[in-house]
Amino acid sequence: MAQDAGMFTVPQTVGSVLCCKCGIPMAPNAANMCVACLRSEVDITEGLQKHVIISHCPECDCYLQPPRTWIKAQLESKELLTFCVKRLKNLNRVRLVNAEFIWTEPHSKRIKVKLKVQKEVLNGAILEQSYVVEYVQQDHMCDSCSRVQANPDQWVAAVQLRQHVTHRRTFFYLEQLILKHDAAARAIRIKQMDQGIDFFFGNRSHAVKFVEFVGKVAPVRSRHDKQLVSHDPKSNNFNYKYTFSVEISPICREDLICLPPKVAVSLGNLGPLVICTKVTNSIALLDPLTLRHCFLDADQYWRSSFKSLLTSRQLVEYIVLDVEVVSSEVNVGGSKYVLADAQVARVSDFGKNDTIFSIRTHLGHLLNPGDYALGYDLYSANNNDMELDKYKGLVLPETILIKKSYEEKRLRKRSKPRSWKLKSLDMEVDDSKGRTDQEKMNKEYEEFLRDLEENPELRFNISLYRNKDYQPSEMASVTDGEDVPSVPLDELLADLDLKSDDGEGDDSMRE
Amino acid sequence: MATRLMFENSCEVGVFSKLTNAYCLVAIGGSESFYSTFEAELADVFPVVKTSIGGTRIIGRLCAGNKNGLLLPHTTTDQELQHLRNSLPDQVVVQRIEERLSALGNCIACNDHVALTHTDLDRETEEMIADVLGVEVFRQTIAGNILVGSYCSFSNRGGLVHPHTSIEDLDELSTLLQVPLVAGTVNRGSEVIAAGLTVNDWTAFCGSDTTATELSVIESVFKLREAQPSALVDEMRKSLIDSYV
Repeated sequence: MAQDAGMFTVPQTVGSVLCCKCGIPMAPNAANMCVACLRSEVDITEGLQKHVIISHCPECDCYLQPPRTWIKAQLESKELLTFCVKRLKNLNRVRLVNAEFIWTEPHSKRIKVKLKVQKEVLNGAILEQSYVVEYVQQDHMCDSCSRVQANPDQWVAAVQLRQHVTHRRTFFYLEQLILKHDAAARAIRIKQMDQGIDFFFGNRSHAVKFVEFVGKVAPVRSRHDKQLVSHDPKSNNFNYKYTFSVEISPICREDLICLPPKVAVSLGNLGPLVICTKVTNSIALLDPLTLRHCFLDADQYWRSSFKSLLTSRQLVEYIVLDVEVVSSEVNVGGSKYVLADAQVARVSDFGKNDTIFSIRTHLGHLLNPGDYALGYDLYSANNNDMELDKYKGLVLPETILIKKSYEEKRLRKRSKPRSWKLKSLDMEVDDSKGRTDQEKMNKEYEEFLRDLEENPELRFNISLYRNKDYQPSEMASVTDGEDVPSVPLDELLADLDLKSDDGEGDDSMRE
Repeated sequence: MATRLMFENSCEVGVFSKLTNAYCLVAIGGSESFYSTFEAELADVFPVVKTSIGGTRIIGRLCAGNKNGLLLPHTTTDQELQHLRNSLPDQVVVQRIEERLSALGNCIACNDHVALTHTDLDRETEEMIADVLGVEVFRQTIAGNILVGSYCSFSNRGGLVHPHTSIEDLDELSTLLQVPLVAGTVNRGSEVIAAGLTVNDWTAFCGSDTTATELSVIESVFKLREAQPSALVDEMRKSLIDSYV
């Protein structure tokens, strides 16, 4: 009967009837039997499995879900509960209301789960009953553990990352990127090689994922191959070893490049001399004399794989004598540049002779008279480049300045410890060739750290950690108005002390 | 005294029979056992008549009656009407009525004094009931069901109603009917009381699925324990005679 608001309705209290079987008074229900009598009549757990056998790998604590998946689960965990319930057949006949574990001795190899199910019986009455399912754990080594047992150093896929340049800056940077994104989490082994790093994985898909990650952060070209290891003729299973060869482009930041004529034309007649300003999965090129910029992505670069004319090894220090701003501030792809005419002299010449160069530079916004800058000395460089020869009648500028130098100030600072530090990957160093020069590596690493300090955009993608050993100096530092660029404190992450290896503090300030 | 029996493997005794204080109607079955159970109990008190109504055997649900009269639906054939008129005692008025709701047994529940009817019964039918059966007529529902004739069964001494009837409803009905009522089940938890049970003032017949608990409830509410036709008189005698002189 519809009970509208305002209509007088008699409150209805439910009476009690006697259970038709045992005669105890109870509230009436669809079957008109008390729960006990109903339970004795009908067993809704009839036909359900009460005893199941599951396979467990003792090495890695995984449980087998046939046909082939191994699921890692702790005892009495949510994953194990889901797995146990999934293994029961016929559970779709009843409705599962609740499932929980009953404690069993950990080494008894028995897991007990109490399930509460509901089913409709007789004429519409829903009966709820709980019952216990016992799982017997049988030990059976999973495939990956048995493979590891057979040969611990076995790898299935290898990624060989190479860059044919003389420095290791790219690999330092890549190492930090990999650490930040945890891309090499699945690697069995990492080995440092001459001009590159090798990564070994247990699964081809992990290697593919890693190769794709590298492809996103650097302009690469890759190829892959496989080698047959074994073959099961009965089931036609083939086991291979997969190798991925990934080559990173040799163009790095701050390189001076002479573009081949075809490329220059395709980029809109970009002056053949360009500086590489940024390398991600595409290369950003800037013409320092006209402040024009363009991007080359990996495919485009590898189609016309040109090399750089001069690399940052060949940077020479200059002192700036005079700066005249020519154009206004231009925003080129996120960074600001100002075209200026400058008079510079090489530091090696300064004071000894009068060699002064009048050049055009794109660093007008940074340089003031008296500053030191690093640049390429084209006046005295001996260029042996095929592309340069193709240009007839090209007038080379004498100097191209690349960046401001903080060398003097660093000397004054006298290598105080930094307030931040970096983590590193667990790499094996290949000593077999005997060519590793530790001194050279340290110097390059130091330059890499300096690079990080000077360029905030480089720091963007990597995680810096607070150095516990660093104490800010008590004495007032002698400043000359301009300080050596350093990393602001709020960009640093504090290390979690709980685990020494993988702690990344996520409760501290982040950039 | 409550008896358990079956009609051709069905426990719904109230469907195939109609029991009142003056007569008993029984359906024609394949075997004689149903009829003979009634006969053994009642034949020496009043006539037990085998009949069909409208050619069907579900006579208990199609007709309604008490010791004063019997109402039949319009589907009753003339021969059946005549047969009943002949077989039943003369003081029982047999009347065929025109009513849209032709399952009168489902729509009307009555004893010798009061009747409960379906809420949608015609005015004329109601008058007819009051006339033929000599009862006071009340339109009611039982536990929200309009088929009062199916979900309750009462005699002059007590009544059994649908188990989901609330206490307020039970009180109200009890006041109307002036007999004690109890909510219960019959035939192992079946809620259709009148289909599983047929009762008069001293005896009851229920389906063989009825459990002992249900039977004891029936016997206590209808006061069947000591009830024999003569026991009624004995009881009255006890109350009439105060003391022996």
